Amino acid sequence: MTDMSELVLFKNRRPDKAATFEEYRQSGGYEALTAVVGKLSPKDVQQQVLDAGLKGRGGAGFPAGRKWAGVPETGHFPRYILPNTDEMEPGTFKDRILVNADPHLVLEGIILTAYAVSAEKGIFFIRPSYEHDAELIEQELEVARQANFLGKNILGSTFSFDLVVHRSGGRYICGEASAQINAIQGRRPNPRKGGPHMAEQGLWKKPTIVNNVETLACVPGIIRHGAAWFKGLSATPTGAGTKLYCVSGMVQRPDCYELPIGTRLSEIIDGSAGGLSPGSTFKACLPGGASTSFMPKQFIDVEMDFDPLKKIGHRLGTGAIMVFDQNTCLVAATINLIEYFARESCGWCTPCREGLPFILELLRAIECGEGKEEYIPLLRRMAGHMNHAYCAFAPGAVQPVYGLLNYFEEEIREHISQKKCPFGVVPQGSCQTVWANRGNGLYPGAANTKDKFASCPI
Amino acid sequence: MLPHEIRQKLTLEIAACEHAREKAIDVMYILQRHYGYLSDEAVHEAAGLLSMTPLELEELATFYDFIYREPVGEYVIHVCDGVVCWMHHEQAVFEYLCRKLGVGLGETTADGLFTLLPTACIGDCHQAPSMLINGKFYGLLTPEKIDVILEQLVCESCNPVLTR
Ligand SMILES: Cc1cc2nc3c(=O)[nH]c(=O)nc-3n(C[C@H](O)[C@H](O)[C@H](O)COP(=O)(O)O)c2cc1C
Ligand code: SF4
Repeated sequence: MTDMSELVLFKNRRPDKAATFEEYRQSGGYEALTAVVGKLSPKDVQQQVLDAGLKGRGGAGFPAGRKWAGVPETGHFPRYILPNTDEMEPGTFKDRILVNADPHLVLEGIILTAYAVSAEKGIFFIRPSYEHDAELIEQELEVARQANFLGKNILGSTFSFDLVVHRSGGRYICGEASAQINAIQGRRPNPRKGGPHMAEQGLWKKPTIVNNVETLACVPGIIRHGAAWFKGLSATPTGAGTKLYCVSGMVQRPDCYELPIGTRLSEIIDGSAGGLSPGSTFKACLPGGASTSFMPKQFIDVEMDFDPLKKIGHRLGTGAIMVFDQNTCLVAATINLIEYFARESCGWCTPCREGLPFILELLRAIECGEGKEEYIPLLRRMAGHMNHAYCAFAPGAVQPVYGLLNYFEEEIREHISQKKCPFGVVPQGSCQTVWANRGNGLYPGAANTKDKFASCPI
Repeated sequence: MLPHEIRQKLTLEIAACEHAREKAIDVMYILQRHYGYLSDEAVHEAAGLLSMTPLELEELATFYDFIYREPVGEYVIHVCDGVVCWMHHEQAVFEYLCRKLGVGLGETTADGLFTLLPTACIGDCHQAPSMLINGKFYGLLTPEKIDVILEQLVCESCNPVLTR
């Protein structure tokens, strides 16, 4: 059933190549832009997107139309659009697949958004691992310019807009909107707070709109088919649009799936992703990237949309579903996640810079069998301190810790009482045998492996 | 010293920008590509080109994962250690690569060909375990696959992309 649902963002997705400009045009591409430029006012475009109920796909779910309306009509020029393809939230690869599947869909969305806020310049922010995307976008920008969909006096109108690629140096915090502005300005990308809103004063103190590329790619459809159509794509009466769900971990068919937003978690995992891997049973998942909490089996039928998840105390985040099976030690999994966050912390504020390594130490002690009962309330207290951090990074970072405490406290306790990881040595599953007992090769004298970290590897 | 053509090209590109600093990362990437890493000399040259102080540039250089302030090999192997690759025994990938190349993490092989680095989730989770070498993804890794990849790279003449 879910496999039959309408594809909007992945309509032109092919296994091995990006849709060309011609292919995109044949599928109705750039019709929205042609219908808008010089015919609808920027306010009309904003209103349509507002009516469509499009919420930001970058993690926070802020209504796109409302964000754009934050640019004051009397606001200064030039105005900027920053399409965000930092995508460093672990488990998330939807923006990469989207950009590679249909680059012109993303570009048309950006151009329409620029029109809606009268922006002149866009800066496409791309992480270094996605160098291929950066090259593809640069190539397709030129094609769009040739067709006069980009550049000066687009389609003969007074609207001019151009886009360049900004290659990031690579750091998770650059995905945060205010840090991204610092990064583009050649400053150390710490987030910033206070002062006027970035819709009024952002990049170079000019009105700036930061949107996730999946959000932007929804815009051409809304303009072509209307707000009611977009709302109708959703699986639930309250949702709007489709969603790109990345499914990974212990499932049969890990991939990125476009489904009606609000599709049930069980349908995504058992339907699209083909269920759990052989020998695996569902233990928990992170529903929306590493900055969301573990969700145990009891939530398996939740509708994967912003509000239904919020209602049960969880977050949709980026919609990146990572599935853990019964053989996974979730203390060890949380160690991996907090190691990531401690390393990626920008270091600006104390709770995050000092607190995450402390949480990591507590977790490592527990994993190694040196944990104490009082570490459990201590973990909770330390996680609570992250609310005093400067940006949303740290409260996000401890979501898995909360998940561990809220749903798997018994598992933590077993580590403490047994004075070891109850999962013991790695079971000889298929992955393990593949890697076991491999000899030395390429380099003479190659032998001195170094331990990366001393945690249970399952 | 930076060759005249590179200096000329960068000077023009920077002059065409509204704000020179916008180009800071691009300039670092280009110098890194030229020198093989972002050497002290490169930091000073980049700072001069961008009208920034070397300290301001160092602040950036030390912040980013893909700017290398120490010499690296022709191929930088960024092995993903995100949670999905971890589930798929990323540690075994590290161990295998360390053993095969005879290096520890962060080290470069004696012939200067390979550097091995752990890296934040590279966005290839559906093909875990995965790694990135000079801008190219290699997923669903097995020991056999790694053998083939490394052998190919040893044979090929080096063709590093901008981000290495
Ligand atoms: C630590 C951190 C990292 C983030 N990384 C990204 C990212 O990689 N991509 C993204 O689109 N948004 C990211 N965001 C959210 C952005 O700050 C911003 O809300 C978003 O890009 C706005 O776009 P949207 O309204 O279309 O979702 C991040 C936020 C935080 C706090
Ligand atoms: S919470 Fe972390 S990432 Fe955010 S400003 Fe503080 S140190 Fe930086």
